[in-house]
Amino acid sequence: MNVIDLILYAMAFPALAAVTNGIFRNSPNLRDGITLALAVLTFLIVVTIYSITGNETTEPVALLDMLPGVPLAFNVEPLGLLFALVASGLWVVTHLYGIGYMRGHHEGHQARFFACFGIAISSVMGIAFASNMLTLFLFYEVLTLSTYPLVAHHGTPEAIRGARIYLSILIGTSIALQLTAIVWTWVLAGTLDFRLGGILEGHVAGPIVAVLLGLYAFGIGKAALMPFHRWLPAAMVAPTPVSALLHAVAVVKAGVFTMLKVGVYIFGIDFLAQTGASEWLMWLAAFSILAASIVAMTKDNLKARLAYSTVSQLSYITLGMALATSMGVLGGGLHIAMHALGKITLFMCAGAILVGAHKSEISQMTGLGRVMPITFGAFLIGALSIIGLPPLGGSWSKWLLIVGAADAGQQIMIAVLMISSLLNIAYLLPIVGRGFFLSDPANAGPVKEAPFLCWAPPAFTAACCLAVFFYAGDIVDFLSPIAGHGPETVAGVSE
Amino acid sequence: MDWSFFVGHVNYWLFVVLMMTGLYVVVAKGNLVKKIVGLNMFQTAVFMLYISMGKVHGGTAPIFPTDMKIDPATVYTNPLPHVLILTAIVVGIATTALGLALVVRIREEYGTIEEDEILEIEQDMASEENRIHGQAMGGRA
Amino acid sequence: MATESVHDVALTLHDQLPILQLVVPFLAAPLVMVVGAGRGVAWLIAFLASLAAFAISALLLAQVIDGGFLSYQIGGWAPPLGIEYRIDAVNAFLLFLISGVSTLVLPFAYESVKAEIAERNQALFYTCYLLCFAGLLGVTITGDAFNVFVFLEISSLSTYAIIAAGADRDRRALTAAYDYLVMGTIGATFFVIGLGLLYMMTGTLNMGDLADRIAPQTDNRTIQAAFAFIVVGMGLKIAIYPLHLWLPNAYTYAPSAVTAFLAATATKVAVYVLLRFSFSVFSPGFAFENYTYELIILPFAILAMFAASFIAIFQTDLKRMLAYSSIAQIGYMLLGLSLMNASGLAATMVHLFNHGITKAVLFMGVGALTLRAGSSFYASIRGMGRAMPLTAAAMVVGGLSLIGVPGTAGFISKWVLVQAAFEKGWWPVAFLIVLSSLLAVVYVWRFVETLYLHEPARDAAEAPLTMVVPIWITALACVWFGINTDITMTAANTAAETLLSGSTGLAEPSPWTSALPAGEASH
Repeated sequence: MNVIDLILYAMAFPALAAVTNGIFRNSPNLRDGITLALAVLTFLIVVTIYSITGNETTEPVALLDMLPGVPLAFNVEPLGLLFALVASGLWVVTHLYGIGYMRGHHEGHQARFFACFGIAISSVMGIAFASNMLTLFLFYEVLTLSTYPLVAHHGTPEAIRGARIYLSILIGTSIALQLTAIVWTWVLAGTLDFRLGGILEGHVAGPIVAVLLGLYAFGIGKAALMPFHRWLPAAMVAPTPVSALLHAVAVVKAGVFTMLKVGVYIFGIDFLAQTGASEWLMWLAAFSILAASIVAMTKDNLKARLAYSTVSQLSYITLGMALATSMGVLGGGLHIAMHALGKITLFMCAGAILVGAHKSEISQMTGLGRVMPITFGAFLIGALSIIGLPPLGGSWSKWLLIVGAADAGQQIMIAVLMISSLLNIAYLLPIVGRGFFLSDPANAGPVKEAPFLCWAPPAFTAACCLAVFFYAGDIVDFLSPIAGHGPETVAGVSE
Repeated sequence: MDWSFFVGHVNYWLFVVLMMTGLYVVVAKGNLVKKIVGLNMFQTAVFMLYISMGKVHGGTAPIFPTDMKIDPATVYTNPLPHVLILTAIVVGIATTALGLALVVRIREEYGTIEEDEILEIEQDMASEENRIHGQAMGGRA
Repeated sequence: MATESVHDVALTLHDQLPILQLVVPFLAAPLVMVVGAGRGVAWLIAFLASLAAFAISALLLAQVIDGGFLSYQIGGWAPPLGIEYRIDAVNAFLLFLISGVSTLVLPFAYESVKAEIAERNQALFYTCYLLCFAGLLGVTITGDAFNVFVFLEISSLSTYAIIAAGADRDRRALTAAYDYLVMGTIGATFFVIGLGLLYMMTGTLNMGDLADRIAPQTDNRTIQAAFAFIVVGMGLKIAIYPLHLWLPNAYTYAPSAVTAFLAATATKVAVYVLLRFSFSVFSPGFAFENYTYELIILPFAILAMFAASFIAIFQTDLKRMLAYSSIAQIGYMLLGLSLMNASGLAATMVHLFNHGITKAVLFMGVGALTLRAGSSFYASIRGMGRAMPLTAAAMVVGGLSLIGVPGTAGFISKWVLVQAAFEKGWWPVAFLIVLSSLLAVVYVWRFVETLYLHEPARDAAEAPLTMVVPIWITALACVWFGINTDITMTAANTAAETLLSGSTGLAEPSPWTSALPAGEASH
């Protein structure tokens, strides 16, 4: 089977889920069953693509001309394939969780909810396999629009306000800045294809490079770089599965993924390193990492705290790109997967706590760990992975980023990463500590977990966090082409 | 700007004066029928411009003799602008007719053909709508 | 004998397409009036005429999309004395748009007109509609400057009448039509003055011939004055920002079908005339023209983009909001024109088309909502997304296209426009373009929220199928022309090149007229 066909299937099946949800909206079991089958199928297709291409970059296949000279085209390359694997794999998990959550929490409009979810995943596949910037941009916007109804799901004034912030920042930045950047790139380079080593070198020089990078960096609002991060906390009004998959994995990762793509395939890391255009971005990312962590500490609402934690962690990836070293980029790429696993675990636990104990504020969770040991155990593992402690996946990406910073000769960045880890400890571990070691009569009682489908998925992803620690080397090998190296020259984890 | 320049372009001066008068009437008069009158003057000025431009010095009426023996020395006036303006006059009449028909209908609906009174009625309608639907910006802007 | 060879060639229907394009709707108009009584028949004739015109325009476009032009001589009279119809990529594209939109709007009009216009006036309404349609086609197709005026007035007069037909629902349609009549007539008269001045200096009215004769005397004051009169006259018709005062009321109070048709075509045709005169009659190198665009039109275009969008945000009536949005979008078209480069012109051309279909969707959607909800005020269409899911969803597509979200037609125009600004080196302008489209996000999202995120104001059924189907065909066209730009961009680029290459001069006599003996031809 052709790779291009598989890519189209990977995009078509989630979209098909939107249709089946519409048709069978009144028979929940059938509806959710079909969606689950389609989710599994999508994941299998992405795995098949992986088995065919490995970490080869395939030739782009153009479907039709969106603009003269810029086709709607797709190809497979390691970074995108990794993103697609993570997103489609976690979709299966999140869908199971979503069934448990939506039913356990008695949410309305479930068919619409899962339909929009399908479209969102479909556009994520489009982003992952896009072979030029315009195609990517197309699906980037579809993703924004398809997740808007999910954020506004409850229809309450609060949800509408949140959705408005969500949409205005994401659409606003992408149209005002990213589109400008893309058109400018097109005018300068005469192409928008993703090419290893970039397409801009030789077409532009001087401070313009930094300006253009700025248009991209701020234009990719989904990467939640400060000061355009407000949408992410605002999006937390959505039901938890949305926060879990979309606002910890699909949407935000689409942002940083785009950021990496721009860094690696539009500018080229050598070009960035040589012009120093990304240095300011590095400082901004560092600021974003620390500031968001500090804000996170002040939040009592668990989802809000996790949201700010996400803002901080996303800037790790932006930082990895801005370091403009191969280790930094690899660390950033790896962090997409590692952070996804860790953060989805945390969010699903937050949702399970909400469904099982009806608690959303951290201050109310005293002693809850004894009632919901599995949930809190999974939360602990996820938290440790985010902090970056071995033997959990997150430690490797952080390690690579530190190596990248050292390669770039940026000692301060190493310090930033270290301080950030401390801050992570400060805002994540007290939640677990409070749950397990303090007691509150209000939360006392026998073990009473949320429904099975609410606690099993986070337990599974927590186990994955542990497992990927041992396979990190393979993932880095897999990603190594984007750093412009063969697998054998990658230092660090692969030994 | 000597005297001969002024006299030599007298048709243009007349055209300009007539046209501006017409335009002024359209803008300044509040009565809808008078506006149409102004519009007519304005258009007539243009007709004059066209007709006068067809005039050729020493030219005669552009009618060929019936025996078709055309003397090459005869100078004819250019008939084309006249023909064009014939079309424009038809258009002008149609415009006037339609405008007047609209005025009749406006009179039926509003009971007046004075612009300020109509505006007042529309203002009332708009503020009634605004009361129901919230303030609209722009209004008749 | 020579006359035989005339007939041999002239007899093929294919050669007669340019005139058929115009004659079919023109003859259908009185036919509709005569047949009258049964509304179904009147509608059917109008629809068939429109469909035929659409087919003809597609055939014409196919012939010129890759460049070149067709020249048709009315009655076999050779230009510059005879009237010539000249079809190149520029106007073929416009013909395609006008007849396409009309063919989509007419099925929609069936129910809409039934609800909004008194029974006894319906046949007359379709007559005027067809006259307006034919007039717009005539303006577009003709290669004779004075002929433009005549067709312009045919379409304008019938436009005033069909706008006034909205008086059955709201009497303000009458004053709106009256205002438009006064301003439109002033505009058309200015245009005629401009033509008169040109005729004075050149002695010809054929566009190609005009261009040849203007070229050596561009420093002449009279020529410059003519240009100014033409720009102002057409500016009134286009609704260039400070000359737009007639537009909001006319669009708001006209019957829904009329608004949908006019918004998608009438101002576009006026923009086309401006393009045609700026490039094919006055040459692109005409310095006075460049100054006019750079110093006058460009600032006003940018002002329109912001001011009109801003006003649109605060409207309480969806239809009126869209009218203001149209003024803003005209700003984009004029901006592309003011850039005076190939991409800018391509942007104008493609935006003419893309905005045409986008506004057609939206105004038809408004018409469907009005039919079911009674009015288009936000208060009455609240929550209609649930009652009329199909209509509302199509309107969202149209709204996205208005913003310029990728995957919709509006995006393509925005892209080309921004690209043109960059190519010109005017990056602040590029930035202003994208900034102003953020205002579009606000006003579009206001109606999207109104449609979906409120409790329904009333129970209502989905719009009838005759409305939903054309609305959705147009909405899908918005998406299709957003991801596949084969037709639109090819046509727009060819059109831009055609325009920039200046005039094609006086046409070579076509084979069947050249067969006429010289003496006969000059009669």
